[in-house]
Amino acid sequence: MIRYIRRAAGFCLLLLVALLLNAARVQVFEAPSLDNNPANRRTTIDRYDQPRGNILVDGRSVTGSKDTGEQLAYERTYRYGPLYAPVTGYASQTYGTTLIENAEDPILSGTASMLAPFPLWNEATRSRQPGGDVITTIKDSMQRAAYVGLGGRRGAVAAIEPATGKILALVSTPSYDPGRLSGTGSSVTDAWRELNADRSQPMLNRAFRQTYPPGSTFKIVTAAAALDSEVVTDPDAETDTPSPYVLPGTSTTLPDEASGCDTASLAEAIRVSCNTVMAHLGVQVGLKGMVNAVGRFGFNDTGLKIPSGVAKSNFDTDMSDDQLALSSIGQFDTTATPLQMAMVASAVANGGDLMYPHLVDRTTTHSGSTVHTTGSRSYHRAMSPQTASRLRRMMIDVVRDGTGTNAAIDGTTVGGKTGTAQHGVGNSGTPYAWFISWAQAQDSARPAVAVAVVVEDAAADRADISGGGNAAPIARSVMEAALRD
Amino acid sequence: MTATTADAPPPELRLPKRRGVELSLLIGAVLISVYGYAAVGLARNGVVPPDVAGYGGGLGLLALLAHLAVRFRAPYADPLLLPIAVLLNGLGLVLIYRLDLETPRDQAAPTQLVWSTLGVAFFIAVVVFLRDHRVLQRYAYLSVATALVLMIVPIFFPAVNGAKIWIRVGGFSFQPGEFAKILLAVFFAAYLAANRNALAYTGRKIWKLQLPTGRVLGPIVAIWLLSVGVLVLERDLGTSLLFFGLFVIMLYVATGRIGWIAVGLLLAAVGAFVVGSFEPHVHSRVQDWIDPFASIDAGRGPGQLAQSLFAFAAGGMLGTGLGLGHSILIGFAAKSDFILATAGEELGLTGLTAIFMLYALLVARGYRAGLALRDSFGRLLSIGLSSILALQVFVIAGGVMGLIPLTGMAMPFLAQGGSSVVTNWIIVALLIRVSDVARRPHPDQVETGVIAPILEDEL
Repeated sequence: MIRYIRRAAGFCLLLLVALLLNAARVQVFEAPSLDNNPANRRTTIDRYDQPRGNILVDGRSVTGSKDTGEQLAYERTYRYGPLYAPVTGYASQTYGTTLIENAEDPILSGTASMLAPFPLWNEATRSRQPGGDVITTIKDSMQRAAYVGLGGRRGAVAAIEPATGKILALVSTPSYDPGRLSGTGSSVTDAWRELNADRSQPMLNRAFRQTYPPGSTFKIVTAAAALDSEVVTDPDAETDTPSPYVLPGTSTTLPDEASGCDTASLAEAIRVSCNTVMAHLGVQVGLKGMVNAVGRFGFNDTGLKIPSGVAKSNFDTDMSDDQLALSSIGQFDTTATPLQMAMVASAVANGGDLMYPHLVDRTTTHSGSTVHTTGSRSYHRAMSPQTASRLRRMMIDVVRDGTGTNAAIDGTTVGGKTGTAQHGVGNSGTPYAWFISWAQAQDSARPAVAVAVVVEDAAADRADISGGGNAAPIARSVMEAALRD
Repeated sequence: MTATTADAPPPELRLPKRRGVELSLLIGAVLISVYGYAAVGLARNGVVPPDVAGYGGGLGLLALLAHLAVRFRAPYADPLLLPIAVLLNGLGLVLIYRLDLETPRDQAAPTQLVWSTLGVAFFIAVVVFLRDHRVLQRYAYLSVATALVLMIVPIFFPAVNGAKIWIRVGGFSFQPGEFAKILLAVFFAAYLAANRNALAYTGRKIWKLQLPTGRVLGPIVAIWLLSVGVLVLERDLGTSLLFFGLFVIMLYVATGRIGWIAVGLLLAAVGAFVVGSFEPHVHSRVQDWIDPFASIDAGRGPGQLAQSLFAFAAGGMLGTGLGLGHSILIGFAAKSDFILATAGEELGLTGLTAIFMLYALLVARGYRAGLALRDSFGRLLSIGLSSILALQVFVIAGGVMGLIPLTGMAMPFLAQGGSSVVTNWIIVALLIRVSDVARRPHPDQVETGVIAPILEDEL
């Protein structure tokens, strides 16, 4: 019997070995795929079991976290939610994250390995660090000035510090409170449905996720191309463009709204915004030259990140000359985000050197030590310094006695360019009012700010809608805020 | 067996009783449990639970009483059995207490503590009043009759969570199948001890298999039909598997005939296939086992088994730490059938291995007692009782970890369940009893009134 008992014991040992091998299989070898199974709630629960790090503006937090006592413990809260929604995005337990909440999620949620005191610390201890903070480049006063200036109309403002590429204001209106999407449950799904159904599209980020025909503000880009390619060598010399101008290869004539455009000089064409001169210059530069020039400003770049991805601003690379002519005055298929047009103004203000725009200044651990700093770096040399200097003077003239006088600030050098973009079938839509500008205090060596403003539905009579009338005052108040600091 | 020692044992040689070892191990077991209890409180609330002294004192008192019963009534018993039982029971209480924190409206730990106390009381009663395990041999047929009644009664009670294995009287419920395990083991041991030779050496020989005669084939067929009957009527795959495995192991140990194993496996396979294919409750379990994530793919979210696998995976090598896992996601059976998932998640592969080793040690000590005994009944009984533990651990652990189809069974001592914890304490008490006899130095000096003649083993 003893032999059989031993064999039975051997059988039990076999069962034990099977259990141990199976335990190792599940807990070690299959663990990664089980952990990553989308139906496994643990990742989600862990993610929300500590307060999220904060997003800071001017040293103050515009976000917070509250413990709900539920399975997903911590929910995001927002201070001045609608004001900062185009910057922060939302961090929703139901709908995920967007914008900075998304781009900096590893820091904010504490999973970034850089937050750990030692390399591989988190992996070895299976622990997470407290959420780190994200310090933005936004200036509260400018953000507010832009938000108040837009006054709930559909539109957007983007402001950049030309010398560094820091984004100082990023506003899109009408906006929404991201806190409404934070948690779970019917109030969140209801808010989501309501925001998505809203015809004014409050969750659309118009500042850098939406493109518009840039209209006459694009003439700065065309002017830069004409000067750099030496199609124009003297900005004050007459050009051989008749007004109206017949689009090449067609019998369509392009009229001017301004007077005095016939054979006007480049400087004059910018000051009073002549369509004819600029369209002709675009054709003279040629498709290849134009495409190269716009690329240096950031058009057609699909990889621009601030750190969230920026919508591609478009300038067609395959066009006939008549289309090129229209494109050169910011019509046809030419589209730009407000951020893109702020970059155009910024490049002019910064002597032709376009700095890479960025929204995050640095990230820190929970205790405040810096994890990563976004340094200033050059994006492209958009134009030669001489061209930049000439364009600066032309933009100053626009504000001094051209179409952009509404942007003038006493005791400050301000350059600008207006735009009124036609759109819709047969140009039937309410035109978009544009204004791009930059400002430099007279005692300062460098311009303080470059701004782009677009107002979609300016509530004035159609005839009065213009970049100078509707958009320039907003740009002025944003620039004034920048100069006060 | 060597004959030399029996002839002239050295008079001075006293075999060690090892009661001091048992006491030290018990203190260790209680301390580990108290530490676990405190760890849960610290992890969850940052403070040691205020009633940790009461909990530790209570567990310590139970352990002490059990120890005193062993010290005075079974002084030669194996010193590992009781500490392992106390440690597993203490650990089970910690895990249930920890899961109670997730279900504020459903507190299971206090009830489990009452049942554990009752279990220890039964343990003491068995150790104190059962003077010799061979007494049980007399009651073989009474045992099997009682077992059958116990198993059949739940059929007349409503099903709970799909299985008709409960008797409910008022607010009080218990699982009679649990007690039936012991009674069946007693019956099998007695029957096989009496009929070993007839089973082993008669019957026709087909090819290389020597099959028994029809007369002795009767009981195994009866037991098989019984197990399938229980399974179908009560939808309890686990218990029928356990009974069947138990019977085959004991039969093999008694007769040494591989043929029995072959017949057993064949019958089990046929039974399992038929039931697995046609009984919807069991069929769904088999489907779950084949693809635990089917419900996820179908958009219905993870099922219990998938949740259990997630829990084990989350534990990894070292576990999340007591109180810091999320095995409550498993749902309603987290404290009972799936308690091992909590251990796997919060103690990791390391803790799980330790727990398996404790069970293995318990089983091994039972087998060891069986080896050392000289009466066939005692041997078969201790092998049977140990095998119940081994099979039960394998069936439920294999089930919740996706090794075999899941069957509703309780992890011995760990899982929530009064009948189970009481039954397991009685099993350990019986093992203490047989190990006491096995390790006693002078079998000739056992008190007079020996019930069965001590059979020298012929092998």
